[in-house]
Order: sequence, then C-alpha cells, then structure tokens
Amino acid sequence: MKEVELIKNGKRVDGRLPEQMREIEMLVDVVTRANGSAKVRFGNTLIVASVYGPKELYPKYLQEPETGILRCRYAMAPFSTEERKTPGPDRRSIELSKVIRIALEPAIFLEDFPRAVVDVFVEVLQADGSTRVTGINAASLALACAGIPLRDLVSACSVGKINDTLVVDLNGKEDNFSQADMSFAMLPSKDEISLLQMDGLLTKDEIKRLIEIAKNACKKIYEMQKQALREKYKGE
Amino acid sequence: MTYALELIEKGKRIDGRKFDEFRPIFLQEGVIKNAEGSARVKIGETEVIAGVKLELGTPFPDTPEEGILIVNAEFSPLASPDFEPGPPGEDAIELARVVDRGIRESKCIELEKLCLIPREKVWCVFVDIHIINHQGNLLDASALASIAALRNAKIPKVENDKIIRGDFEKQLPVIFKPINITVAKIGNNFILDPLLEEEEIANSKLSICVRDDDKICGMQKQGSGTFKFEEIEKALDLAIEKSKELRKLVK
Repeated sequence: MKEVELIKNGKRVDGRLPEQMREIEMLVDVVTRANGSAKVRFGNTLIVASVYGPKELYPKYLQEPETGILRCRYAMAPFSTEERKTPGPDRRSIELSKVIRIALEPAIFLEDFPRAVVDVFVEVLQADGSTRVTGINAASLALACAGIPLRDLVSACSVGKINDTLVVDLNGKEDNFSQADMSFAMLPSKDEISLLQMDGLLTKDEIKRLIEIAKNACKKIYEMQKQALREKYKGE
Repeated sequence: MTYALELIEKGKRIDGRKFDEFRPIFLQEGVIKNAEGSARVKIGETEVIAGVKLELGTPFPDTPEEGILIVNAEFSPLASPDFEPGPPGEDAIELARVVDRGIRESKCIELEKLCLIPREKVWCVFVDIHIINHQGNLLDASALASIAALRNAKIPKVENDKIIRGDFEKQLPVIFKPINITVAKIGNNFILDPLLEEEEIANSKLSICVRDDDKICGMQKQGSGTFKFEEIEKALDLAIEKSKELRKLVK
C-alpha cells in the first residue's frame, strides 16, 4: 500500500498529538426498554449498546446448568460508513461479535445466574475507526447500568503505528493506512488484559510500548465511564 | 478434565511433552493435483489440508494494481462431533481471518506482481483450509498448511484470457514464511501446541504470528480469561523462539 502522510509537524490528520484521544462522550440509559444501555462517542465514531437480561435462555438445550452465558451482536448501520454497508452479519461482524464477547466475559459474574443468558447488542451508528473498542466501552457501561454483577468495568482503546509513530485512538483514515493497529481492552482495577488483537508489522519492543500507551489511555477511559455512571444517579 | 489440569500443575502433560514442545509435525506439499498449491499438515493427530486456487478477477478499487488474497476455512462435520454442517460458524470465520491477517500483514505474497492489467485484471489467490481431524491447535496447523501451500503454489498460464489449468507460468511470489504460534494459558502456566483436552481447560490463548525477521505480524487473544501485562512479553518470547523451529519445515 502507498505511504500516506498522516502526521505533519508532529500533529495527526485531525490535529491531535500522538498520545491524545479524540473528544469522548458517554451517556447511560439511552434505551428505556433495555435493562441497561449506553451511548459512547469517540470523535466521529458513535455507538449505542444495550443489554437485555439476565433472562431464561431458550431453546432450553442451549442452557448451561453451571453458568449463565453471554451473547454479543455487533452490527453496523447501513448508513454508518462511506459506502453503504449491506445490512446483516458479514464475516467481519461475526468475528467482532465474538471478540467483544471475549473481552467482556472475564468481567461478568456469569456463574451467578445458571441457565440464563445476557444479551448485549452493539450498534455502530457512525463509523470513523476504533468501532470495536468503542463498542466494548459502551457495552461495559450498559452491563453496569443493567445491574449485572461485575468484577470490574471493561475499558478499551485502539493503538497503532502510523508514519513510524506510535499513536492512540485511531480514526478511520489512520486505521486504513496504518502500519499496524491493535485493539486493546482491560479490566483497569485488576490490571488484566481481556482483549488483544493486532495486525500489521511491529517489533516486540514496539508492542510493549503500545501496550503501555493503551494501558494509560484505558485508565483515563475508566474514569470517564465511572463518571458517566455517577451522572445517572446524581439526581436520585 | 481435572486430570489434565492436575498434571499441568505438576509440570507435566497428558502425552508427556514439555510445556514448550510441539507434537511431531508432518508436512507434505503438493498433495492435491487439481490445486495450484497445496499442503497437508499433521500436528500429532490434528490434521489439516490447505489448497490454493488461482482465478482471474477485478482488483479492489483502492488497490488497482494488486492481486487479491482470500482465505476461507471449512470446519467439516467429518472432523469432530463439535462441528456442524452449514455455513461457517464464528470459530471457522475467526480462524480464517486470523490466518488471513498473518499472511497479509507479513506481506509475504508480492501482490503487486499479480497484476495483469491495472484496474482490470489481477490474480485472486484463494486459500481454502479444510480441517480433517480436530485434536487441538487448529490455528497453528492451519496457518502452517496455508503458508506451505502458498510456497508450493504456481501461477497457471493464461492464453486469450483463459486459464490453462495444469500448465504453469511460474512460481507464486511468496517471499516470507510467517509462522503462527498459539500460547495457551492454563492456571499460571504457558503451554504450546495444546491438545483438545488442554484447550478445554485453558483460560485464554494468545495466537502470535511471527515473520522471518522476528517481527510480529498478527496477534489474537482467544478464550474468556485474561492476561497480565508481563505475561504478554513471555508469550511473545515463546512464540518468537518456537517459530524458528516450525519455519524450518516449510520449503
């Protein structure tokens, strides 16, 4: 792929510094019919997540006698991308649904509700890079908002390498032309990594540095998530 | 199942291997006559066949002068009672996409050499992975079979826009050998090449794709457990070291 200039005089295409995140907005309880929901915006990436359950799982043969199960569905609205996205699951969204589930599972006390299911729906309304990690942030808020017992929130961000510079929170253009990008999620108060996905070319040392950058960003996101949850109960 | 776990805690494995030891690997190239490239890989009892087919197609608009790579995996119900007929499930899709990313990001196929007419005609390289027997560690076996099949693949002759099957022009240009190594975490122990029984008790796995120059070209965390920060480095070291051994098997 051709080299695209993504960093000019130390600034990124949208004027950010390498380790600066986009403007972030988080709001919980946006879908009143859901048990929990959240809307999260990272720059132009806008995601709504909602949670239904725990509820009894049907058909019955899918039930697990020892534990509850988590189901996730990641979907992109047809108007969320430059070229219209054909509705319905494609290979990418099937993989991302699985990846989001795996990132959230370690945070949930699923063993507390045997035979039950928790459904998480992540809908991308507007896509400008880092949709899966923004989706994880929203889903984690929605789970907390639904009162599902959690070990910790899950905070997620993307990091990558563009024009030989390590950066955090890639936007769509940076994502397309990056030398490497990595999706990262962690349980911040436990210092445990629940999602790590990378593609591109990196040395071992660069991976270590990127993980460190991602960790710092996630700690900031964690504070914002807690603040968003506090806002919900402020007036009550 | 607790038996496997008990053994691991004592530093042992069901089949007596060391933690960082693979089962015997058997690799055979050119096993399918009708494919442009193919390879059969056995890691212990796990068996996978990868076939490469080449077809002519139109390039993607954003890469008008590059060939196209498409990786697909078929978890045939013949290979395991856990596999069901029908369209690929999420595990098959994930496996195919992880193998795809490893090959693509390593830049091992010189896709720019697969263009016949810019914007109009390029070679599409299809890598199809078939699982024949599932006894654990499908990803490493599939990635190994895929790169071996690609290294073995030839470009067919083209006359008057038609592919002459069985008549070859040259070797497919594949310049690196990316190797995928999956590190499974059981308790606080890291093992390589997990058996099916070990995969079932693993909290999480990290698949790492390593290129010839020790650069990492892909990572994918699997399973519903977590990793500590220092464990990622340990997994990377294990994968980089072990990838050298597996790479020697690929021609």
